[in-house]
Amino acid sequence: MFQLQDVTKIYSRRGRHVAALQCSTFEIPDGDYAAVVGPSGSGKTTLLSVLGGMLSPNSGKVLVDGASLYDQSIARRAELRRSLMGFVFQTFNLVPYLTALENVQVPLYLAGHSKKDQCERAAELLRRVGLGERLDHKPSELSTGQQQRVALARTLANDPKVILADEPTGNLDPDSRKVVLDFLDELNSEGRTIVMVTHDAAAAERAKRWLRLVDGSVTAAAVGKLQIAA
Amino acid sequence: MNLRSIVWKELRERPTAMLTGLLAIFLGVAALVAIRHVTVFSEQEVAQQLSTLGANILILPKNATLQDYYSADLSEATLPESHASTILMASLPGVEKLSPKYCVPIDFAGKQTILTGILPQEEFEAKSAWQSVSMFSKTKHVGCAKAESCGPTDNSPESLASRRSIEKLDAHELVLGADVATKSNLKSGSSTVLFGEQFRIVAVLPSTGTVDDGRIFGHLHTIQRLAKTGEVVSAIEVLGCCEDAAGQLVPQLSALLPDAKVVTISQVVQTQVGVNRLMAKSSIFVLGVLVLVGGTSVASSTSSNVRERRREIGTLMALGATPGLVARLFLTKAAWLGLVGGVAGVGVGVLIAVVLGPQWAGVSISPLPYLSIGAVAAALVVALAAAFWPALRAARLDPCTCFQDA
Ligand SMILES: Nc1ncnc2c1ncn2[C@@H]1O[C@H](COP(=O)(O)OP(=O)(O)OP(=O)(O)O)[C@@H](O)[C@H]1O
Ligand SMILES: [Mg+2]
Repeated sequence: MFQLQDVTKIYSRRGRHVAALQCSTFEIPDGDYAAVVGPSGSGKTTLLSVLGGMLSPNSGKVLVDGASLYDQSIARRAELRRSLMGFVFQTFNLVPYLTALENVQVPLYLAGHSKKDQCERAAELLRRVGLGERLDHKPSELSTGQQQRVALARTLANDPKVILADEPTGNLDPDSRKVVLDFLDELNSEGRTIVMVTHDAAAAERAKRWLRLVDGSVTAAAVGKLQIAA
Repeated sequence: MNLRSIVWKELRERPTAMLTGLLAIFLGVAALVAIRHVTVFSEQEVAQQLSTLGANILILPKNATLQDYYSADLSEATLPESHASTILMASLPGVEKLSPKYCVPIDFAGKQTILTGILPQEEFEAKSAWQSVSMFSKTKHVGCAKAESCGPTDNSPESLASRRSIEKLDAHELVLGADVATKSNLKSGSSTVLFGEQFRIVAVLPSTGTVDDGRIFGHLHTIQRLAKTGEVVSAIEVLGCCEDAAGQLVPQLSALLPDAKVVTISQVVQTQVGVNRLMAKSSIFVLGVLVLVGGTSVASSTSSNVRERRREIGTLMALGATPGLVARLFLTKAAWLGLVGGVAGVGVGVLIAVVLGPQWAGVSISPLPYLSIGAVAAALVVALAAAFWPALRAARLDPCTCFQDA
C-alpha cells in the first residue's frame, strides 16, 4: 500500500529547523493494521499527513500502490484522498452546520454522486454505525461518541482502501472507544489498511504491528515486541 | 448535497456575520439606482422640453423668477398687454405666433386652481388686418428649414396643450386642464359659473404632466375684466418657428422691450441641467462608495470567515475537495451576497426614485431595466472581486490544519 523511501520533513520557523520526520525505507503492506505510537511531538501527525498526500516531504519519496504521491498534482492528490483514503480525527471534524446525514453526504458529493445516491448511501452508512435514528441531528445535538460514529460513517462513504486515523479514541469515553475500535477491527477484517496514531495502549494492542516514532525516526516492530512509552 | 447547499447552510447558520457586507452593498446599490433613475428621467425631461419648446421665447416681467417653463407666468408681477402689439408691429422674422397670458389663482370646486386668460390667435389676425401689419409668417426666418412646416395645422382647442396657443375662444368659453376636469367632474359641453358669470366648457386638454393640468383657460380680456386688473399680462409666449430663430430673436426682443425679461427655454432649464450634472457626479461618487465600503466589508467578512473555518476547510480537503472547490465555496457565498444585496438595492432604489422622483426633480419615473440589471451586475462584480483574495487564501490553506485542535 505505502512505501516510504528516505522521507524527511523539516519544519522551518523563524530560522529554526525542526526535523519532524526522518525515516529510512519502510513499508505498510495492503491490509495492514499499524499503530503509530511515540511521545508527543515525535512526528506522528506529520507522518499521517505525509501518508495522506497533504504535506510534501523535503526529500525522499512516498509511493502509494507503486506511484509516487508527491510527483502528482495537488488536484490529483485530492482525488486520491477522495477515492482511496479515509480520515478519522481526534476532534471528529464534523461540519457543524450540517446534519449527520449531510456530513456523510459531503464526500459522496465530492465524488460526484447524484443527490439520490448520496442520501441513500449516507443513510445506509449511518444505520451501519447505529445512528439510523439520528440522521437529522446536527453535531452539537449528538454525544461525542455519536459524533465519532458519524465521522466513521463519513470516512467509509467512498469505500476507502486505507484509513488514516489520528488518535480516533483520544476524546472518547471507554464505551464509545470500544465501539470505535471494534469498527476499526471490522474494517481491517474487510481488507482495508489502517494506520492509527494512538496514545492508548489498549487501542494499540489491537493493531497487527506498531510503528514507534522517536524524534521523527521510525522503528517498526511486531505486536508485543515493543513497550509503548507514551 | 452540493456546493450551493453547503454555502446556503453555512450562511443560514450565522447570517449576521455577512450582514455588514450585505447592508453596504444594499445601501450603495439603492442610492446609486435611485440617483441614476432621477438623473436619467430628469435629463430626458430637459431634452424633451428643449426639443418641443426650443423655438419658444418667454417675455416676462423683469423680476419674475424662473424655475419651470410651464409655471413661468405664475408670478404676481405683470407686463402691459401693449407689448404684444409692439412685437407684432416690429414684424421680426421668425416669429410665428404670440400668446399673451394673464394668470390669477382662484378657488374652483374647492381646489386651488390657476385661471389663465389667453388671447386667441384669430384676434391677432383681426388686429393685424385692422392695423395693416403683415401677419407673422409673411416674413420668414431666413434659412429655416422648419419654417416651411410652420403654421397652423391643428386648430382644435385641445391642441393648446402642445401648441401652447389657441386659435379661437369666445368671451364666455373655457378650456379645462386634465386634472381640473377630473376633480370638478366637468366635461366638454357642460357649463359652470366663475365670478358670477356663466361659462361654457369647450374642451378638456389631454394630460401633460405639467402645471397646465391644473389650469382653467379663458379669454384674456374676460379674465382681465373679472380680475379687474386692466390691460396687463403675466407673460407673453413668443412661438418662433425654430430654435435658430429663437436664438436670434432674443436680442431683438430685448432691445424692443427693455422693461421685460426675455428668455429661451434653454435658459429656463439651465438650473435643472446644473442639478442633473451634480446628480451625475454624485452617482459616480456613490459608485465609488459602493465599491470601497461594500467591497471592503465583503472582503473583511470573507477573510474572517476563512479564518474561522480553517479546520473545516482542511477537513474538506482531507475528504478530497480540490483547492478550486474551496475557492468556489467562498466565491459562491460572495456572489449570493452581491446578488441579494444588488437585487434588494435595485428594488428599494427604484421604489425611492418612483415615489420621490416627482418631488425631487418634478419628473415621473418608471423603472429602467438596463440600469437595474447593470446595478445588480456591478454589485455582483464588486462582491466577487472583494472575495477573490480571501477565497484564494482559503484555496491555498494547508490541508494539515484538519489535524489541529479547534
Ligand atoms: N506547522 C508546523 N510548523 C512548525 N513545526 C511544526 C509544525 N507542525 C508540527 N511541528 C513540529 O513538528 C514536530 C512533530 O509534530 P507532530 O504534530 O507530528 O507531533 P505528534 O507526534 O503528532 O504530537 P502529538 O502526540 O502531541 O499530537 C513537533 O516538534 C512540532 O513542534
Ligand atoms: Mg498529533
